[in-house]
Amino acid sequence: MREPPEANDLRAWQSVFAASLLRAGAIMPDRQAVHRNNTRASLSSALAARFPVVRRLVGPDFFRAMALCFIERQPPRSPVLAEYGAGFAHFLDGFAPAREVAYLADVARLEWARHLAFHAEEAAALSIERLTAVAPDRLEQVRLGLHPAASVVASAWPVVSIWTTNAHDQEVRPLGDGAGSECALVTRPELHVLVSALPAGSDRLVAALAEGNGLAEAVARAATVEGFDTATALSVLFRSGAVASLSVGSFHSMELS
Amino acid sequence: MTADRRPQRGLGAGAGLKPEHYRDILEGRPGVDWFEVHAENYMGAGNGAGGPPHVFLERIRARYPLAVHGVGLSIGSADGLAPGHLARLAAVVARYQPLLVSEHLAWSTHAGVFLNDLLPLPYTDATLALVVRHVDQVQTALGRSILIENPSTYFRFETEQMTETAFLRELARRSGCGLLLDVNNVFVSAVNHGFDPLDYLADFPLESVGEIHLAGHAAIEMAGGEALLIDTHDRPVADPVWELFQALVARIGPRPTLIEWDAEIPTWPQLADEVERAARLLQEAREWTYRSSVLSHAVGEEGTRCAATGR
Repeated sequence: MREPPEANDLRAWQSVFAASLLRAGAIMPDRQAVHRNNTRASLSSALAARFPVVRRLVGPDFFRAMALCFIERQPPRSPVLAEYGAGFAHFLDGFAPAREVAYLADVARLEWARHLAFHAEEAAALSIERLTAVAPDRLEQVRLGLHPAASVVASAWPVVSIWTTNAHDQEVRPLGDGAGSECALVTRPELHVLVSALPAGSDRLVAALAEGNGLAEAVARAATVEGFDTATALSVLFRSGAVASLSVGSFHSMELS
Repeated sequence: MTADRRPQRGLGAGAGLKPEHYRDILEGRPGVDWFEVHAENYMGAGNGAGGPPHVFLERIRARYPLAVHGVGLSIGSADGLAPGHLARLAAVVARYQPLLVSEHLAWSTHAGVFLNDLLPLPYTDATLALVVRHVDQVQTALGRSILIENPSTYFRFETEQMTETAFLRELARRSGCGLLLDVNNVFVSAVNHGFDPLDYLADFPLESVGEIHLAGHAAIEMAGGEALLIDTHDRPVADPVWELFQALVARIGPRPTLIEWDAEIPTWPQLADEVERAARLLQEAREWTYRSSVLSHAVGEEGTRCAATGR
């Protein structure tokens, strides 16, 4: 459909105005710059609210400068502000000024996972008794369905410890030299989002379950990782509310409950 | 048949619903008439549209009437409306069955990029045709009429062909939409452009007003010492805005009125005080309208009797 010429004028003006709202060095008359401040400040506040530990790690001024770079390069593509920030962790991977804080991007990954868990669909979480009630000779046939809020962030850094001490502790606990990689489990069995530490290799276990593999196959894939411990992994998964369904063979748990 | 003209307690004074107040509201059951939510805050994130926002909103919706206020549809985009976002708005409306649905006379998205601000439009025939088409599209998608809100503006366009009030009157007439009259926005724009807010209200198509908004604003000083008001929603409603509101409802009678407080969120009692103040002014307007209607009714009957007896 052809637009009258004035409508083309409006589109051209909106295009120029939109670009100047996002660009760092744009020069605008004061009254128009109100909108530029609104756009940049509100988006930067939205990121600060979504990534509070990242902000604490680098400080509010550095965070704001970093957020404005991100906003300019990857402005929101959706009017649902809760969807903004999916690319922030990846952006931090390549953000040279923050390179010294090597674990920053993984902390952002964990905070984004918590955010998605907050908005995930509701489901009832299963207790581990459902697993222990399965006859030992049928354990090989068990299939587990993940809770919609559950996800894993595996890091070469002690991401759970870093997040926990910066999110909850009164004083930040220094991490010893021995602090190594950690695998974070994010869940929301009810109203509150939980972060738990899983044994190394558990990300493979959870990924295999998410692909629809049986428990035996998922355990086999994780077991090749040094430090993986099946009993601990399953205990943490159930206790944190990461499992929403269990079936043995073709008999689905939904039919049992 | 005599219409019941006694003062009715309808959808009176309400508050913008904030997560910070979910528990106060559910535990204290305050005597607020209704709540309004921003539609975009209940559209989820990623693939999920669950979690605490919906758990609490469903509980509150079970006890109070609700209005849905869209802040991201970008009705003034020359690009056209985003069909995906319109579908998500329709889903929120279907899920919560609000009494009122509103959006803004503004644009906020261009070429798929969301700018997270309500940006102004030049009031031209071309803009009017565009906005009428978009409002029609929204009303068709939702299967109901919506209210469109007057904006706060900071600058004007040289190309304008009509006033904001004339634009809104034509928009309401052509699209069949109602209007949400934000009294704070009227005041902010009046100060910023140097017009009398009472003149604006006198020109406003008041018969289309289905809802009123009240909020706080800030003043900034620009280079050159000129003061500019900014629509911040981060503090109590200013006294001159209360006075304008009082004058407005004395003239048109009570309308559903909302206190918006979206930043620097206050405690619930502080917000409830603002709602209570609006409720008192609505009650005054209700009694005033009742007295006037009784009076005109009495005068009308007297006139009828005189006519019947041929005096």
